[in-house]
Amino acid sequence: MLITNPKHLKPDYDVVVVGGGPAGMGAAIGAKESGAERVLVVDREKEAGGVLLQCIHPGFGLHHFKEELTGPEYAQRYLEQVLDQDIDLATDSYVLDLDRDNRVKLMSGQAGVNVLSSKAVVLAMGARERTRGAIRTPGTRVSGVLTAGLAQRFVNMMGLLPGNRAVILGSGDIGLIMARRLTLEGVEVVGVYEIMPHANGLNRNIVQCLHDFDIPLHLSTTVVDIHGGDRLEAVTVAPVDGFTPDMSRSQRIPCDTLLLSIGLIPDNELARQLNLRFDPVTSGPLVASTMETSKDGVFACGNTVHIHDLVDFVSQESELAGRNAGLYARGQQPPPDNIRLIPGENVAYCVPQTISSDRDHTVYMRVRQPMENCLLRLGDVYEKKIRFVLPAEMVNIKVRPKFLQQFHGDSLRVDIAPQQ
Amino acid sequence: MVYDVLIIGGGVIGCTIARELSRYAITTALIEKEGEVGFGTSKANSGIIHGGHHGPPETLKGQLEWEGNQQWDTLCDELGFGFKRIGELTVAMAEDQLPTLEKLQDYGNRKGVPGLELWDRDRIQAEEPHISQEAIAALYAPTTGVINPYEACFGLAKNAALNGVEIKCDRPVTGIRQEGETWIVETPQETFQGRFILNAAGLYADKIAEMAGVRTFRIRPRKGEEYLLDKRLQGFIKRVIFPCPTAVSKGILVIPTYDGTLMVGPTAEYVDSKEDLTTTAAGGQNVFSHVTQVVPGISARDCIAEFAGLRAVTDSEDFIIGPTAKPGFINVAGIQSPGLTAAPAIATLLVDILGDEGLSLNPKDDFIPTIPKPIHFASLSTEEQIKLADQDPSYGRIVCRCEFISEGEIRDAIRRGARTLDGIKFRTRAGMGRCQGGFCTGRCMELIRDELGIPLTAITKRGGDSWVARPRHEEVSQSC
Ligand SMILES: Cc1cc2nc3c(=O)[nH]c(=O)nc-3n(C[C@H](O)[C@H](O)[C@H](O)COP(=O)(O)OP(=O)(O)OC[C@H]3O[C@@H](n4cnc5c(N)ncnc54)[C@H](O)[C@@H]3O)c2cc1C
Ligand SMILES: Cc1cc2nc3c(=O)[nH]c(=O)nc-3n(C[C@H](O)[C@H](O)[C@H](O)COP(=O)(O)OP(=O)(O)OC[C@H]3O[C@@H](n4cnc5c(N)ncnc54)[C@H](O)[C@@H]3O)c2cc1C
Repeated sequence: MLITNPKHLKPDYDVVVVGGGPAGMGAAIGAKESGAERVLVVDREKEAGGVLLQCIHPGFGLHHFKEELTGPEYAQRYLEQVLDQDIDLATDSYVLDLDRDNRVKLMSGQAGVNVLSSKAVVLAMGARERTRGAIRTPGTRVSGVLTAGLAQRFVNMMGLLPGNRAVILGSGDIGLIMARRLTLEGVEVVGVYEIMPHANGLNRNIVQCLHDFDIPLHLSTTVVDIHGGDRLEAVTVAPVDGFTPDMSRSQRIPCDTLLLSIGLIPDNELARQLNLRFDPVTSGPLVASTMETSKDGVFACGNTVHIHDLVDFVSQESELAGRNAGLYARGQQPPPDNIRLIPGENVAYCVPQTISSDRDHTVYMRVRQPMENCLLRLGDVYEKKIRFVLPAEMVNIKVRPKFLQQFHGDSLRVDIAPQQ
Repeated sequence: MVYDVLIIGGGVIGCTIARELSRYAITTALIEKEGEVGFGTSKANSGIIHGGHHGPPETLKGQLEWEGNQQWDTLCDELGFGFKRIGELTVAMAEDQLPTLEKLQDYGNRKGVPGLELWDRDRIQAEEPHISQEAIAALYAPTTGVINPYEACFGLAKNAALNGVEIKCDRPVTGIRQEGETWIVETPQETFQGRFILNAAGLYADKIAEMAGVRTFRIRPRKGEEYLLDKRLQGFIKRVIFPCPTAVSKGILVIPTYDGTLMVGPTAEYVDSKEDLTTTAAGGQNVFSHVTQVVPGISARDCIAEFAGLRAVTDSEDFIIGPTAKPGFINVAGIQSPGLTAAPAIATLLVDILGDEGLSLNPKDDFIPTIPKPIHFASLSTEEQIKLADQDPSYGRIVCRCEFISEGEIRDAIRRGARTLDGIKFRTRAGMGRCQGGFCTGRCMELIRDELGIPLTAITKRGGDSWVARPRHEEVSQSC
């Protein structure tokens, strides 16, 4: 893959994009489309592509490219566009710091520390995995307890296996994918344990990664203890009632590996440094319908805003962010949003958090509880029937200006309720 | 060869003694069972250099606490580990706790601890606005500090080695006997001979004493669980916060660690096994329910990591330091909290004891008190960063993104002796942040491989059987 030597960086840019995953590359392409001339993408890894590079399984791109690709193939498509469009790409480079005037402090293995100025910035740093500490699993501090994503890196990028006999805690997609991957590699996968009464991964992953390989999924069950001296020797699992484990039905399961697939959290180090306003539910910055954050000229997209289950939605959202960042750099902003979205019944959050009555929008949301035969209601201006919703699968709705013709308020509630 | 002194145990106690003895023209070896020094209780504690006023002046613990406290500034200057005096507050939540504050102030005054002040509610709210409104008074001690306890061990051991002490890790002592005036100390790898043995084996000091035939005490492990919180809370609390102590424990604290993360704990629970480093659901509940009474804004949801350490408690509850019935065998045992604080004072005390026991101690004129300080890239100014990354590009490459640790720092840590992932983590903080190694573990392993020339599959978390990954079957299937 081609790498722009950071020694050839320009001192000032129209748009600098932090993060070269699908969100970052999508944003850069969007910025170019809207007429920005000097666009730079920065990624700290040796190659752009983000988390896609370790996802060597198929299932990417069905919406966006209308064909089924692997993660690295999807990334490659984007990378070619980035290079074709004369976008600068600095890999092996880390954005340390952004200041109030959008000066970007960049550090790189090849060219040391540089400070560049930029008219607009797009944050696209992705997410990190939640760890054992986040759920305070008791037990010893053995080796062999690791996040599913790290295990994925071991297997797919470093040619290593995390162990011989694995238990998976949490039914997030990465854990499901790894259950299949490890089985194919000859690691014995004992089962997937999920504390909630419903799975947290995409339905297609439950079928293709667990059912097809006879790996049991235990709902309403969790790991309550971790045993071993140096290396993991066993875990104790127990069914839960709510969140309280029923120890009388606990069971000790010998294993030398425990993979955690207990959720992702937006990477928001830089956003915190900038003192952006945050959504407490997504843990990402609040964004307007242009994907602009609470700070002028700073945009955000992808997993750094909220966790996406399909990369195709990341692409859509990030091209929008990039286009608006490009317009901002050229001094052509659309008028500010005039309607706030309020998450209502069974809606955990909405992104963007505000919209404008004069343009089309796609609003993404997640539900709190699974529900069948429901009605998605946007205040009393619009409603739509949905057959079922799951917390693991993002819901989206197109909001068109025509819905809002009769509407004069400044906030709209979004509810997902059972059909009467 | 016959060493003048054999130190058994490379915790903070063994390491400070080794460093102190390296000032003199004697031969010393430090024998440690773990892969690196400081991997026992000394890496699993609250990291506080106590203010000096907690223990009663009549106990050995109480005296050495204040003496040790005063010596850490010099050690830190010379050896470059993380240490700063951030002060502490002991907080009273009810009228009946006020006498305890006065008692502590009195202990401090009698020992000469400077700067102790009683604060009222308004002062507390002005200085630490996140402390509960229910707090009615607090005792402020400016002398309290926080330290990187493992960095301190590494620095002390490194400097001791520079001055001639032999540091022998991976050497569990399995037998001790006497031949005439000489002590013979056996390990599976090699046998050591020495004139004096200093028993600084922490939790196992009773076993070591037993091997030498002088067991007069028993060590019971008392567990302390600690919970580390997300960096988001950095600055939320500025000083170490103590509740009013009770007879058994100093209580559950809020500790702004040297590196900026908050830590809450420890619990205090007797356990049966000296290897029981488990954290428990009950422990976590205990910690968070107590802490939120004093600092309501802290929540269990902020937890990023947890660990437990074991205090080496004897029946007397005091330190046991001094010669035994067997000439040449000296105990440094029962060093429970505040052992870290007291360590430098314990080391100077041992020099006196060894002198009294007949070892002649002549200061060396070529003693080097300092070691090169490790670089912390993130804390340099932009100009310094630019310069350093120009000279050595590996400093321009971030490996651990949560804690901003560069490749240069990790390579340096390996060159300074890190052999394991924990060795890197405790020297550089890579893997200690909120993602707990999710991103950097693979990269750290590759750097260990490159620097030490060992395969990835030989790398461990902390030595022993703590392997991290095994090879894929590729080789096997290709040969079929
Ligand atoms: C295991 C797994 C399986 C998945 N499976 C599927 C699937 O089957 N189908 C599907 O459609 N989607 C799937 N997804 C989801 C999809 O891959 C993600 O939603 C998508 O990659 C998110 O894109 P992103 O650009 O926001 O983040 P990332 O891909 O994480 O990219 C962020 C980039 O930012 C860089 N970065 C961060 N901070 C800095 C900084 N300060 N300076 C410079 N660079 C920085 C990082 O190095 C990284 O390259 C999967 C995800 C995972 C983790
Ligand atoms: C939860 C907790 C919180 C604490 N907080 C504080 C605090 O804030 N401030 C403070 O001042 N103190 C504190 N302490 C106390 C402090 O940590 C200890 O006093 C101190 O670390 C003791 O050091 P040590 O060298 O005696 O023990 P250790 O660090 O345990 O060292 C003993 C060494 O001996 C080795 N060893 C054992 N057996 C053998 C053998 N057979 N052969 C060779 N080597 C052997 C072990 O491997 C170990 O490395 C705390 C303790 C705990 C548990």
